[in-house]
Amino acid sequence: MKAPKFHYIRAESVEQVLRLLAEHGDDARVLAGGQSLMPTLNMRLSQPKVLLDINRLDRLKGISFQNGNVKIGALTRHVQVMESPIIAKHLPLIAEAMPHVAHVAVRNRGTFGGSIALADPSAEMPACVLALGATMVLESVRGRRTVIADDYFKGLYETAREPDELLIEVLIPEEKKNYVSVFMELSRRHGDFAIAGIACHASIKKDVVADARLVYFGSEMRPVLAQRAIAAIKGKSCSDASKEAVCAALADDLDPMDNTFGSPATKLHLQRVLTRRALDKAVERARMQ
Amino acid sequence: MNLEETIQINLTVNGERVSRAVPVRQHLVDFLRIDLGLTGSHIGCEHGICGACSVRVDGAVVRGCLMLAAQADGAEVVTIEGLTESGEIADLQTSFVERNAFQCGYCTPGMLVTAAALLQQGKPATREEIRIFLSGNFCRCSGYHAIVDAVEATLNKRISR
Repeated sequence: MKAPKFHYIRAESVEQVLRLLAEHGDDARVLAGGQSLMPTLNMRLSQPKVLLDINRLDRLKGISFQNGNVKIGALTRHVQVMESPIIAKHLPLIAEAMPHVAHVAVRNRGTFGGSIALADPSAEMPACVLALGATMVLESVRGRRTVIADDYFKGLYETAREPDELLIEVLIPEEKKNYVSVFMELSRRHGDFAIAGIACHASIKKDVVADARLVYFGSEMRPVLAQRAIAAIKGKSCSDASKEAVCAALADDLDPMDNTFGSPATKLHLQRVLTRRALDKAVERARMQ
Repeated sequence: MNLEETIQINLTVNGERVSRAVPVRQHLVDFLRIDLGLTGSHIGCEHGICGACSVRVDGAVVRGCLMLAAQADGAEVVTIEGLTESGEIADLQTSFVERNAFQCGYCTPGMLVTAAALLQQGKPATREEIRIFLSGNFCRCSGYHAIVDAVEATLNKRISR
């Protein structure tokens, strides 16, 4: 199918985008990499009056490291994140997740910020930024504000971003030396939408979990920080018994969607499978430190 | 809003400069096929799943259906026609024929454009890695085995050269 009619604006500055977002709000859509927006336009699931193309806004591009934080500009493409030595060094979780993001042609266009702004339930990057406790930087004509990941993902494609706000960048604290991270997902083919997935960031000393953030995605309406599962593993060794306790607790943390990818029961089962695998992998990585 | 909004774009397609006014909502592959007659890039799903419309934009393989022609202003676009003419993938194309790596041929241009990106990396790749690299391109006839064979054979030949 072909996209519906819209008014196309090739933005020249962030200020111009903010002005137009203030004017048009929800009637405008921001076109970044277009790897999710273009399909919805082509299928006419989205019919914005105004399409704001931000691809020439160089201010929103690039990756830098400052004061313990990695800053990823919203318009940085997935391929740049994937190939970045800064990401490889400071954010191994994201480096491990990135090859799972769709396919090469999509990673060449799709943007990091677009993924965070859209908050697709099966997307990898929202889960990673939640696991790593990142901060989203939003701007509007009303000013600049920051939202921590724990408060940012609200629901299915729903975030704390207001219709007049533009995601500018994401600030992600570097992974500390005594922490390990593990990213795993299950999909029908490589690069397909994840049916179940886990992003895990943990401090494990002598096989005992001192601290952990377990984030689940794919099965849920939004990435979920599994508080009860985390409580079940904190201070415990990663024995079979404590892994089972985590898996049992997951039933209270998760509320899997019922769709063509499987029933809620199937997805809970798959998330438990991933939990056991991810915890084993985390222990293995901690031992190698 | 009833009138079709257009925009002027200037770009390079297969090495030739092109200037056209295009509808702002027209995607790149429709522009290439309809306006320029470059029908080698195919249209399959038109929502970024099948990979039949893969083209090279500023050196990177992209989905032709997930980019507006308006966004290609200032870009260098190379289609399967350009890759064929330059001879860049002549060995890959020969390998596809030798191995019979297609039946209906609908996915073939997209497969070749994506495989060309893998070959450009100039690094060895296992069959599994080749499969992952091509995972965004659907083939509904061949079962993929022969395609992987053809890409693997070409890659190995180039590396041993």
